[in-house]
Amino acid sequence: MRTRVLLSLTLAALLLAGCAAEIEMPPEPPLVPGAGADPEAWALVPAGDFLAGQQSERTPLPYDYEIEVTNVTVAQYAAYLNEALAAGAIKVGEDGVVGFYPGDVFRGYKHEEEIAAGDWLHMPLDEPNQRITFDGETFSPVAGYEDHPVTYVTWFGAKAYCEFYGWRLPTALEWEKAARGTDGRAYPWGDDIEARNANYYASGDPFEADFGKLGDTTPVGFYNGQSYGGFETLDSPSPYGLYDMAGNVWQWTGDVYENQHYRYMRGGSKADYGYMLRAWSTNNAGPDYYSPNVGFRCARDVTKGATQ
Amino acid sequence: MQAVRSRFNYLFRSTKGLVLVAIALIALVTAIWGTLSGPLAEMGVKDVTVRVLGMDLNPAEREGRIIILYHVIAQAVIAIEVYLITRIIPMKPGRQETINATITVGYITSLIFGLAFAYFGHNYIYHGLFIAGQTLVFFAGVMLLEALWPWQKAYHVTDRELSHWGNIDLERVAFFTMAVCTLISAVFGAVAGANFGNEFTAFLAEDVVRNPNKPILQRAVIGHLHIMLTLIAIAITLIIGRWFDFRGALHKIAMPLMIVGTIITSVGAWSVTWVSWAHTTIYVGSVGVMLAALMLVIFGWRKLINEQGGAGGSFGQKIRALLKDPLKFGPLWQMVFMNFTVSGVGIFMAVKLDEIIRVWPWREERITLTGHWHILSGIIATIILMYYADMAGLKGWLRQWFGWAVIIGSDIAFAAVTVFSMKRLFISEETQQPLVNTTMILADFGLALVLVMLAALMIWRLADLFAARGRWQHELADERPELAEPAAPDEEPIDALRTAGGMTR
Repeated sequence: MRTRVLLSLTLAALLLAGCAAEIEMPPEPPLVPGAGADPEAWALVPAGDFLAGQQSERTPLPYDYEIEVTNVTVAQYAAYLNEALAAGAIKVGEDGVVGFYPGDVFRGYKHEEEIAAGDWLHMPLDEPNQRITFDGETFSPVAGYEDHPVTYVTWFGAKAYCEFYGWRLPTALEWEKAARGTDGRAYPWGDDIEARNANYYASGDPFEADFGKLGDTTPVGFYNGQSYGGFETLDSPSPYGLYDMAGNVWQWTGDVYENQHYRYMRGGSKADYGYMLRAWSTNNAGPDYYSPNVGFRCARDVTKGATQ
Repeated sequence: MQAVRSRFNYLFRSTKGLVLVAIALIALVTAIWGTLSGPLAEMGVKDVTVRVLGMDLNPAEREGRIIILYHVIAQAVIAIEVYLITRIIPMKPGRQETINATITVGYITSLIFGLAFAYFGHNYIYHGLFIAGQTLVFFAGVMLLEALWPWQKAYHVTDRELSHWGNIDLERVAFFTMAVCTLISAVFGAVAGANFGNEFTAFLAEDVVRNPNKPILQRAVIGHLHIMLTLIAIAITLIIGRWFDFRGALHKIAMPLMIVGTIITSVGAWSVTWVSWAHTTIYVGSVGVMLAALMLVIFGWRKLINEQGGAGGSFGQKIRALLKDPLKFGPLWQMVFMNFTVSGVGIFMAVKLDEIIRVWPWREERITLTGHWHILSGIIATIILMYYADMAGLKGWLRQWFGWAVIIGSDIAFAAVTVFSMKRLFISEETQQPLVNTTMILADFGLALVLVMLAALMIWRLADLFAARGRWQHELADERPELAEPAAPDEEPIDALRTAGGMTR
């Protein structure tokens, strides 16, 4: 009898675990110290070889390029949406913000999904934790989240943002070089990671107090050596001065590969263990995927003689 | 000196001692390396372990370290299975000791030097010894094949209740087939492993699943890991069948299914390297293996009910009889439970791969994959643990507590991990934390319960080794009387203390 009761209780506990989907949303945005680095700044990555991938293979990247010092923020993306809407570059549909994409070459390879020409989702507007609101005319950032990295943006939405301003998403190689420099280090700041370097799963940043170990995004440039409410961060830029190239949110890269529809992300996020933040670690999903853990930053070519 | 020699003889020359050593080593490795990930890492224990032991955790070598870690554990598990097979399957004199000695030296060498190389700096002598140890394990497997050769006249079947083909003992053929397939599968992995190992380009299979153009050796690695784990599961199923003295009509159907299923599944896994329909072959073979296991479960549960006085009783009485001995009920139950947490999930993932799983980000798919094989490994481990606890002579309330704690603890953990790994089916990323917390707490609780039981068992057996006339000595006398010290005149005869292992045929 006791055994049966015990087994029943076990089963009930498991069922309850499966039903524990309801969550109380945090009433207010948590600690908001503002951006820790300038979201408008760009960093120059000079031409030259670097050590790429897990095996640190010498890889040429024979051109200069610039890349944003921080991820694109909620405020920047909201401003872009207003400009793009006014310019007719995007539309607001039933599912959210959509825009035209000319499509990929489709070869029908095993597991490949067709990405046809047409309007694709850039950003949903009905997600409960969406940090951008739309009142029918204007997009606005949710107060307190202006300087956090924009999330819930699809690869289409990220690409459209960069291209609207004449920029582009970085290629995977550009992203990696910008993150780790030329000396083969595993993380932007070196070869070891600790909780004060970056925002990752159970890293103990102040935002986990409100959201649990999964945490919340930290404002861009948060890990700049300052102290926030007693939480001492370590200044953790990449060799070229970029912030958040490890942790916080995954970042879309621009490459489109043959025989697959997946788009690749780099950098790891607040929802990943530290080892996923290694510079060569990747994640991937369809280009219409969006998440509270995915954002982006842009890159651009360097015009000779121009200082931007 | 005699005391040391006696204990050495027990630990390294008797089946129960050898199994104890292997379980103890796995427990030790689990206890130490378990602090490097999961909740203990989050609590900072990892940093302490790394600092105290002086581990060198180069971030670029994480995958290589993990590969060595689970290879050394897997080889210890294979050694346990070989010990049990050499004990329960009749073979020529001397074969058991030769095979056991070879595999023991092999897996312990591999374990010590593999971990030393992976976690404590790259001394290439260590790496060489790691490989040498694995080679000895392989060589022991070759010797096992010779010893198991089913067409020897001496091993023709005499009991017609056992599955046979003419005079050939089909259960012996099933063991032999499993061993042949294991050796071929080991070579399959070794070739790929040599390539990636030499180039220091180790990778985890779950990291390349979405690569549309996987090179042939990458596919070989994926085939290798799947079939090795499957064959370890097949081996323990056959061993448990012998433990239950599986026979009769179901045995006659099950053994041919097991033989054919093992061959087809293995060929399917190997063919992953060159055909696109390998999975279909694997499914066909798996059906045979799983049906054979189902027949063992039916036979075993019916036998348990009869032995525990439930025959002819009501449904409730039968269930009570079935659950009376958790160490006997548990291994068969775990085989059933596996269908919910491993086979069922695996089939669902394969059927809905493009429709559901590949719509998720790769990280989510990776979690389902790692959860999948961690659970299967864990289930095999608990089956071995319960079998060993029975061999070790656990009786009375301790047997009840141990057995139920292992069953309930592991099943809570495995169910929680299954829910966790498949969470994206029913919960979004932004609302997952409560579910993650709940499943992680349940998983940690369940695993902790099993590990506490394992630790208690190990401490009990360790303490016993310090006793002058401990249980160990009776076990040694039972299996290897020529190695045991003679009993003092006033002592109870050893025969009277023999533990019931059910290990002879």
